[in-house]
Amino acid sequence: MICQECKQRQATVHFTKIINNHKTELHLCEECAQQRENFIQIPSFSINDLLAGFMDLGHAQPAFEKPASTKCAGCGMDYYQFKKIGRLGCQECYKYFGSELQPVLRRIQGSTQHTGKVPERAGSGLLKKKQIAQWKAELKRAVEMEAFERAAELRDKIKALEQLENQRRGKKNELD
Amino acid sequence: MSWINETGPGRDVVLASRIRIARNIADIPFPSAMQAHHAAEVAENVRKSLNHIRAETGSSFAFMYIRDVPVVERQILVEKHLASQDLMQNHEVSALLLDSEEKIVVMINEEDHIRAQCILPGFQLNQAWEKLNHVDNIIEKNIEYAFHEQLGYLTCCPTNVGTGMRSSVMMHLPALTANKQMNAILQTISKVGLTARGIYGEGSEALGSIYQISNQITLGPSEEELINNLTIICRQIVEKERIARKALHKTSGMQFEDALWRAYGILQNARVLELKEFMAFISQMRLGVGMGLIPDFSLEDVDTLMTAGQPAGIMKKVGRALDDSEIDIARADIIRDALDEILKSKNNL
Ligand SMILES: [Zn+2]
Ligand SMILES: [Zn+2]
Repeated sequence: MICQECKQRQATVHFTKIINNHKTELHLCEECAQQRENFIQIPSFSINDLLAGFMDLGHAQPAFEKPASTKCAGCGMDYYQFKKIGRLGCQECYKYFGSELQPVLRRIQGSTQHTGKVPERAGSGLLKKKQIAQWKAELKRAVEMEAFERAAELRDKIKALEQLENQRRGKKNELD
Repeated sequence: MSWINETGPGRDVVLASRIRIARNIADIPFPSAMQAHHAAEVAENVRKSLNHIRAETGSSFAFMYIRDVPVVERQILVEKHLASQDLMQNHEVSALLLDSEEKIVVMINEEDHIRAQCILPGFQLNQAWEKLNHVDNIIEKNIEYAFHEQLGYLTCCPTNVGTGMRSSVMMHLPALTANKQMNAILQTISKVGLTARGIYGEGSEALGSIYQISNQITLGPSEEELINNLTIICRQIVEKERIARKALHKTSGMQFEDALWRAYGILQNARVLELKEFMAFISQMRLGVGMGLIPDFSLEDVDTLMTAGQPAGIMKKVGRALDDSEIDIARADIIRDALDEILKSKNNL
């Protein structure tokens, strides 16, 4: 094999670089490898290229093809704009581009499930949401079993908690 | 006192430990898509936490809009790793919350609404996370963050989503660089979810053999797991570097010492110093000081010199904008004077 750099001498040094499942091979002669080591290879960090590359992979599967007109209702960004700049416009983008983002996240992050810190406020919101869902399921069962007293009780609980949560979120929206 | 002139564990190899988190406020577009009134709202919301942060951390914090900061000062903040170039580019809407010890910084309206970081001298990732986590909790009292049950903290760039946390260790690795072991190390760390880059200079060269090693993944593992992973790998690199230093000393003996003393000698006498050669010499001198071979200086002295020799640091000292050749002359002057100053103060003690 011939050196990829000088294209003259025999390649004796072989580099393999794996970044996020992307394998790049480099075959160099002793001299060119020496030179290269003097200028240590630091992976140049272009997130845009990285993302664009991965998203093309995601897009190779026709199931993920979406018309270019899919826009985030929150900020108006479309998928191709996102792909170009590698930045999302708002939190809603995660919802609107969810099906495209999932495979991308799996590739660049290796996981799609957060297990770290949960902020207290959003955390309490999530707990409330879970509680409401649980009560609603129970309510359905209560109605089916004609346990109307229990159903009324649950209805009040759900209403109260929903009101509380709306108030909390409403306070914030008044600022807008 | 900033982290630069404060001692820290493992300082012979680790200059500093840094952790930053990215946060966005719920229901406000990210900086990439927001309007001026959104930006003002974000800044105001963070500013509200100022008194709380002061009271709970016991540090004095200053809040400043970048548009009010003189241009040279902006560049110095960047050179000290207290702010990013992105923050400066957004100067019309961006702001900064900075503690007087320059350990905790909150950047406002950078790529995300909030980018908070803690930087400590030496190898202190856990301590940095503890401090930063505390500040994050205080800020959150006034703000609802954009957070998703499954994806965690929602960030402008999906490469930060989840914990939104980037933890990094700034390392001085002259012996591993001289032994040409860095390529292998960089390859290895990329396989365990870490990434490395030079922190001084531009392009692919690590000026002064100074590298920043960080976690690349932000979603999946918890903050503690990410920090632990980085700690384990960096501890190994520190050990490798120390072994390589001893080996170089052992095999090259007086020639090795001579090279370090010569670097010091040039810094003490040069009349013109380009950035690249300055970084090469200061790196050699740092190696000598770190190994106890050049006795009159501390690592904090050397790291202070390193910062003083960066372009904006020089212009600030001179007090005006300089062209490249003027900078190289001013750099040599500043470094000579600073070395004299340190020696004089040591002799007076
Ligand atoms: Zn060759
Ligand atoms: Zn959006």
